[in-house]
Amino acid sequence: MSWFRRPSRPADPLLAELADALAPDRVRNDGAQRSLTSHDASVFDGGVSGPVCFPTTTEEVQAIMRIAERHGRAVVPRGAGTGLAGGAIPLGAPVVVCTGKMNNVIQIDLENRIAWVEPGVINLDLSKQLRPKGFHFAPDPSSQQVCTLGGNVANNSGGPHCLAYGVTDAHVLALEVVLPDGQVARLGGLEDEPDGLDLRGAFVGSEGTLGIATKIAVRLTPNPPAVRTMLLSFSSVRDAAQTVSDVIAAGVVPAALEVMDQRMVTAIEAYVGAGYPTDAAAVLLAEVEGLEAGVDIDVAHIERIGRANHATDVRLAGSDAERAALWKGRKTAFGAVAQIAPDYYLHDTVVPRAKLADVLEQVYEIVDRHDVLVLNVFHAGDGNLHPLLVFDAREEGTLERVHAAGAEILRASLEAGGVLSGEHGIGVEKQQYMEELFTAADLDHQNRLRQAFDPACRANPGKVLPMGHSCADIQALRAVPTGVWG
Amino acid sequence: MSTLASTDATIADFAAAVGETEPVAVRGGGTRWRLGGALTGSARIVEAPKGIVDYQPAEMIVTVRAGTSTADLHRALAEHGQTCALPERGGTVGGAVVVGENRLDRMGRGSVRDAVLQVRYVSADGEVVTGGGPVVKNVTGFNIPKLMTGSLGTLGLLAEVVLRTNPAPPVQRWLRAESVDPRDLRDIVLRPGAVLWDGTSSWILVEGHAPDVDAEIERLAARADITTAAGPPELPPHRWRLSPSDASQADRVVEGEFVASIGVGTVWATTAQPVREPDPVAAQIADRMKHLFDPTGRLNPGRSTWT
Repeated sequence: MSWFRRPSRPADPLLAELADALAPDRVRNDGAQRSLTSHDASVFDGGVSGPVCFPTTTEEVQAIMRIAERHGRAVVPRGAGTGLAGGAIPLGAPVVVCTGKMNNVIQIDLENRIAWVEPGVINLDLSKQLRPKGFHFAPDPSSQQVCTLGGNVANNSGGPHCLAYGVTDAHVLALEVVLPDGQVARLGGLEDEPDGLDLRGAFVGSEGTLGIATKIAVRLTPNPPAVRTMLLSFSSVRDAAQTVSDVIAAGVVPAALEVMDQRMVTAIEAYVGAGYPTDAAAVLLAEVEGLEAGVDIDVAHIERIGRANHATDVRLAGSDAERAALWKGRKTAFGAVAQIAPDYYLHDTVVPRAKLADVLEQVYEIVDRHDVLVLNVFHAGDGNLHPLLVFDAREEGTLERVHAAGAEILRASLEAGGVLSGEHGIGVEKQQYMEELFTAADLDHQNRLRQAFDPACRANPGKVLPMGHSCADIQALRAVPTGVWG
Repeated sequence: MSTLASTDATIADFAAAVGETEPVAVRGGGTRWRLGGALTGSARIVEAPKGIVDYQPAEMIVTVRAGTSTADLHRALAEHGQTCALPERGGTVGGAVVVGENRLDRMGRGSVRDAVLQVRYVSADGEVVTGGGPVVKNVTGFNIPKLMTGSLGTLGLLAEVVLRTNPAPPVQRWLRAESVDPRDLRDIVLRPGAVLWDGTSSWILVEGHAPDVDAEIERLAARADITTAAGPPELPPHRWRLSPSDASQADRVVEGEFVASIGVGTVWATTAQPVREPDPVAAQIADRMKHLFDPTGRLNPGRSTWT
């Protein structure tokens, strides 16, 4: 019966050309598919998706770009759709390019300690392939079981273990990208200092606004022979935050330093039972890795600093199983909150590490004033805060209170000398705050960077830069082309 | 308003010196003055402001003006047991950033491009522009610091940078090994600071906590004939940029005498590396970038990042 189900050549010229270039079953325009691709994992309203394409080769991505250009449509790349800032939300019925079918690990090159991968490869799948060979891919975002490496490149993704190893940018050496005009560029290289401007560095973290990465050379990190995971308990969040600041100040570089507050710990314990103490005001999950003797020195050092900051308990995971349980708690944190309220808004700001305790106190004060519930679980070692506001959107006025509290949290972070985002990006979420961090000249230069790749502003328009500083005609994005319905 | 938007009088003076018209270039220490080609025409030479603005050892970041000598910066960091990815070969901080050459012990200290957290520069139209931010993790907007690192001052003239610092390793030991595949040395040691090879001898920088260093040396001794070395070998003057796999066969790839950085790819040689053809589409992007940032071509005229 498969012949019967094969979609016929569509009448719409855009769809017909896309179907000819790919295959009819890899160009979807049905309501269900377009509804799926109209939003990401954020709380923001979905956009309007145009045709949804599933290319399998660089040439197909080139064809999509050229066809979209001929039809005056924008193009929005999409990985797994796990973004939290609305970066993949299609505005103005663009052609959506899902990279999920480009999921081959092309080459694992141990001599150069790199792997060439396609953008649809799932983050954790790559590390699973590499582990037996003695390596892994260091960035480990919370969504690593589903998120794609193309998405990691677009968002310059982080994760707990980026404290010691750096975020995605430090692990991407070279890229093959298809520009919005359909040309293919090779950015970066396997050399340590490739010739020319660092266009690779400009591309990583550009949230899909410069083109689509079709091949990615990622750095392989050797698996450490020794790992120690500790859990320190505190009777105040301030003590936990101060411990983090003091550990960094002492010159110890742990692999991860994650703090969870009591409400978060309670939710996690009810959900997976990771063995966290629910009577502590905060816990600090610290991991050090390296060689046998050194990790023990670091563990002793962290314990001393924790005790000096009134740690009520310091526990060292005694087995791999215990280690895994401690991490399972941290990694399932976002699943755990679903039991508390149906909706959540996960924030993402960075502050100087010495200001962690002060800003957290402000966060608690802000949410109390707006009558919103907050749970905190965050990459403390990087100063990367993740206040998680939980709520029920069906209750009238709740979403407004959540947004008002969120805006104040952002401003408190900026006032402490911080920035708007540590790993989620700007997307549509924080565009309007960019002018509070940057001057008009700063934003103008960011827009120039963008235009050098995409002079016509056709790649994921309407994101990152605020209206008035972006080359995109925002008005046009709100309108929907004739023949397309939401 | 955040602290990013503020600008101080020193930077304003620098912006005034750069002005809004006429060709202009910044000269730092002049250690890489010929890189990217000679200046053409009659570019006015200006100097970037000097001085460490703010150093917070506990935060592992330092705000430093571009004209500061790298020696002064490293001296200040060393007082707190810290270092950074910028090389210690003389010259200025701004020069080191816009040249973007990594240290010999790059595997241990990281790369310059990963160390530059924030840049403040004077644009072609004389404005002070800030990109990035003064924190260690940041995805707020487009990555202007990456664009400026290695740009040879062709897109903007650096006034000030915020750099990530690193704790200096507690122990560092240079060792020398004969007749051994240098790639094996790199594989034996978990995180060497550097592995160098001149075609015959190898040098390895082992670093970390003292007992780990001792254990690594023991592992090395079991596999190779090693002796303590005073430091790295002398490096020939020309820098070749190769992939790590090409660098580990530098004896076949590179003309003349050489020292190859194994696992990194950089090779220092007595001859210059032949000019590489840039990727044509990347070159188009770079040309557009130059035109958008410097429409009249007044910044470091004649310099190109492709040569």
